[in-house]
Amino acid sequence: MNALGHLKDRIAIVGVGNTAYGNFPDIDDYGLGARAFRTALEDCGLDKAKVDGLLTCRVPYYARMGEILGLNPRWTIQLPPHGRMSGMAIIEAAAALDAGLCDYAALIYANIGRSRRVNYGGDESPGIWDPWGFTSPGAAHALMFQRHSALYGTTTRQLAEVSVAFRHHACLNPAAVMKQPITIDDHESARFITEPLRLLDYCLINDGAVCIIMTTKERARDLKKKPVMISGIGAREAYSTASISNFDLNFWYDEMQDVAAQSYGMAGVGPSDVDALMCYDNFSPTVLFSLEGLGFCKQGEAGSFVEGGTLKLGGKLPTNTDGGHLSNSYMQGWALNIEAVRQIRGECGARQVKDAEVVQYCGATPCSRSIIYTPG
Amino acid sequence: MQQATPAKPRPRIDTLSRGFWENAKQKKLSVQRCDDCAHIHFPGSPVCPNCLSEAQQWVPVSGKGEVLSWVRFHRAYWDGFRADLPYMVALVRLEEGPLLMSSVVNAGEGGPKIGGACEVVFEEVDDEITLPKFRMTD
Repeated sequence: MNALGHLKDRIAIVGVGNTAYGNFPDIDDYGLGARAFRTALEDCGLDKAKVDGLLTCRVPYYARMGEILGLNPRWTIQLPPHGRMSGMAIIEAAAALDAGLCDYAALIYANIGRSRRVNYGGDESPGIWDPWGFTSPGAAHALMFQRHSALYGTTTRQLAEVSVAFRHHACLNPAAVMKQPITIDDHESARFITEPLRLLDYCLINDGAVCIIMTTKERARDLKKKPVMISGIGAREAYSTASISNFDLNFWYDEMQDVAAQSYGMAGVGPSDVDALMCYDNFSPTVLFSLEGLGFCKQGEAGSFVEGGTLKLGGKLPTNTDGGHLSNSYMQGWALNIEAVRQIRGECGARQVKDAEVVQYCGATPCSRSIIYTPG
Repeated sequence: MQQATPAKPRPRIDTLSRGFWENAKQKKLSVQRCDDCAHIHFPGSPVCPNCLSEAQQWVPVSGKGEVLSWVRFHRAYWDGFRADLPYMVALVRLEEGPLLMSSVVNAGEGGPKIGGACEVVFEEVDDEITLPKFRMTD
């Protein structure tokens, strides 16, 4: 049990909302955030006036967001626009609610990268390796996958299983951006972006927003839907090679082992109890790294673990049932967390995991996180 | 008339990195070493990440290392690299410990051998910039 053990089943996600996902040049991030907020409020039936906590992520200015929504909360946090922030945000909000810094927290994430043609490399994000031509988070994942292949023999056909499974789920999700089924051969013949990674290993870049409303267990009882509890959390950063952004020489294995021990220990479950996994997937290799770090398989064995549709609905470990970043929507972990909530509520229609009771969010990143969700 | 080639990105030379680039011009590869605890690291840091001392200098290293991984860019994030596509970048661990992203000048189509030994070579870009690159020695 970690030091946060008293937080087990104490804080609930009570409302979730998202916009449509796509290319929306005529609306800005505030407009998208407002839509998601309104949808999340309707989802839980909470009176807007009760929202006294505001967390924003990838929204330019938290106070303008508050002005637009008519909120003057007593707790505010703005987080930078990094994907790793979603799990961090939910944990921060849980701690703030537990401490009484607010009673009802609205967490709002908005992204207009698609319509603004965000590139994720080159002069947009200058770094010290630019003179050698090294840039972009995708290249860091390519570097890790190449090393994983050299150390453990992991193949790109095994890696393809990740993209193929998530696309299969996207085809079952009416809200998903990508709805054309793909095969392992499609993955293998897609164009290289940064070799060994190909187009289908890269996440989508689309516009959209997500809102999550959280409160304490006691307050959750008065709201419209059955609460989804935060039963376990785990956290560990890896900053010692931060100058190579989005990179870890050992695939965040030690950090994810730590995160697994913290979150499974707190929730009193293990990998075999997980009914569905929502795994941060900015690039497909990180899914393999997460599976190893969390202990679903041994280090170096994720390639064979995912073979034969393990991650597909009906497989051993249904993962990213909404289609993930690779095929549903580029909501940087936020959409995965609301998918976890919807799975536990049984709201997922054709992509529903039967009797989903333990659903885990995880992200293997320089700020690795795990959250275990269970029914309230 | 000759067409102007788009420039490649240049290193940012500031108080912190100046020593590294001045040494490179002299064909010396260097890393930062703490005067107080001898911790070595790259890139340069305003304080020693181990003991937080500000007394640090750029000291030459052997230039020998090991290729830990590599990638090949098929997309130009800068116009200056478009003519080089596809081009390779490798991750090198110096025998003294620090990691560097750099280029391998003599790798074939199949890429450098991961775990293979390499040593530094220098490419003079212009009067100001000399880029440390690596050559496989295995």
